[in-house]
Amino acid sequence: MLLNQFLLLGAILFAIGVYGVVARRNAVLVLMSIELILNSVNINLLAFALRNGGDPTGHTFALYVIAVAAAEVGVGLALVLLVYRNRRSIALDELSEMKG
Amino acid sequence: MHLLLSPMQQTDKLISPSVNWGSLTPLLVLLGAGLVLLVGAALSARGWAKGLYATLTAAAAVAAGVLQFVLWNSTVHHGPKSLVGEALVVDGPSLFIGISICAALLLAALVTDDYLRREDIDSPEVYGLYLMAALGGLVMAASNDLIVLFLGLEVLSIALYVLAASHRKRIESQEAGLKYFILGGFSSAFFLYGVALVYGATGTTRLRGPESIKTALALTVETDKHRALLVVGVALLLVGLAFKVAAVPFHSWTPDVYQGAPTPVTGFMASAAKAAAFGALLRSVVLSMPELRDDWRPAIWVLAILTLVIGSTLAVVQTNVKRMLAYSSISHAGFILVGIEAAAHGGESGDRGIASVLFYVLTYAVLVSGTFAVSTLVGRSGDGAHGLDSYRGLGRQRPVLALALAVFLLAQAGVPLTSGFVAKFSVITAAADASSYAIAIIAMLAAVIGAFLYLRIIVSMFLEDGDAEGERVSIPFGTGAAIGISVAFTLVVGFFPGWLLELARDAATRLY
Repeated sequence: MLLNQFLLLGAILFAIGVYGVVARRNAVLVLMSIELILNSVNINLLAFALRNGGDPTGHTFALYVIAVAAAEVGVGLALVLLVYRNRRSIALDELSEMKG
Repeated sequence: MHLLLSPMQQTDKLISPSVNWGSLTPLLVLLGAGLVLLVGAALSARGWAKGLYATLTAAAAVAAGVLQFVLWNSTVHHGPKSLVGEALVVDGPSLFIGISICAALLLAALVTDDYLRREDIDSPEVYGLYLMAALGGLVMAASNDLIVLFLGLEVLSIALYVLAASHRKRIESQEAGLKYFILGGFSSAFFLYGVALVYGATGTTRLRGPESIKTALALTVETDKHRALLVVGVALLLVGLAFKVAAVPFHSWTPDVYQGAPTPVTGFMASAAKAAAFGALLRSVVLSMPELRDDWRPAIWVLAILTLVIGSTLAVVQTNVKRMLAYSSISHAGFILVGIEAAAHGGESGDRGIASVLFYVLTYAVLVSGTFAVSTLVGRSGDGAHGLDSYRGLGRQRPVLALALAVFLLAQAGVPLTSGFVAKFSVITAAADASSYAIAIIAMLAAVIGAFLYLRIIVSMFLEDGDAEGERVSIPFGTGAAIGISVAFTLVVGFFPGWLLELARDAATRLY
């Protein structure tokens, strides 16, 4: 059973996702990085489910995560679009109406 | 009985778990009201009569609250129970926090009605999102399974992202929405990764009851087989939830989002979202992983102290009142974490800790809703006048409103004869009972530092002369009612705290 490889893949995707959220300025790329983290979670869940003898909990959870991720992206892209319409830019470090 | 998701029994036919619809009614009422609002308003060509959206929302909040009181009585007689194949529970803490969320929803609906009409952006979507957010919060507080907890968290969060961005004419509001979305999504992803690791280490996502994380930990904690996995998983769970409750060092979104979001939404975020997140923290970590407490209690300790100190000191240097209140809500999260730390000790002092957390969550939810209701009015049309100078001379212009805000601020500072004092007193005594003296002393110091901020606003209202520019603050009926209810609750609980403390203590002992 290749559990370790799956977990390692999950961890690497997680790390890439975290790097993307922290380092990228473009809101859409940050959104994609968050998706990457959610997918790393799915890989982990399925790997653990497989280790537990095909435990359906992990599988069901992965399905829920996919559905929630889709909902989140829907809202996220709408927000990005809203900001783009007003500012003509989606660079996150230019969101500077508020400070203190 | 417990057939859902158990691999042994999924042989030839699907056996559905017992649902217990009666105990689900508070959730169903909120869901139903939200759907009726969205579908009904979409179908009617010219929209509903003025104020009807808010009336329906407020009625749903009251109905859900009353139903939870009925369920409370049934847990008194028949004990706590689980629903939907143990995915949800009906017990003391879940009902107490559920009632706090419904109270916050009621106050938010009253304030939002006037706000949306003043800003000329009245629409049913905002109320639908409020109802969905409250539904998510109720699910979080009542969940007995990490999957369900995650779903509740996402329903609450996604609704709040949109609510934060819902003022279409203000660019700050959209920025706040996007910022909240990015950081909230990031923290949810952390939380989820933690859930996956905990699932990997224990083989289940159920929190308490048979075949749950709690029992798995009790069995395997000596063998240490997956200990590293488990500890990392719990750490990530804590990071995700600390983001939601706005604990330092995961608070960086709070000032910007609280400032940018429409003011009634900020009030709802500070009350309902915080209550739900603390309910989830209580349920997922404190109550379900007592065997692991030596690993996570120090983390809570550090979070509590950082949140208390940084929240109260940074609040003092702000000039925008909404930002001040954001930092003050961070420091309040610190006080609640003091109670959580006491609850983490387990045993009798742990019960006292849980009771103090529940009491604090309810009183703070009402307090902060009232505070932001006043702030909504002072913001005037455009929702922009939130600098400290906008409050100058309010005591002369609108004495009753200024007096109400003074009551809220004194209560937040912890002045005796207000609910805030009793709440602070109960978390600090719970900490002292659990022999966490250091944290109790730091909490008292933080309360003193924090008091400076509230006094600054009060001094500005009453002692400084108004510059008399800008329109006169108007007080519409709904917002006035919300402020009146909050003031009455704050003072009644301040003068006669006994009954509510008794209820909170009762709730803490009646665990599933």
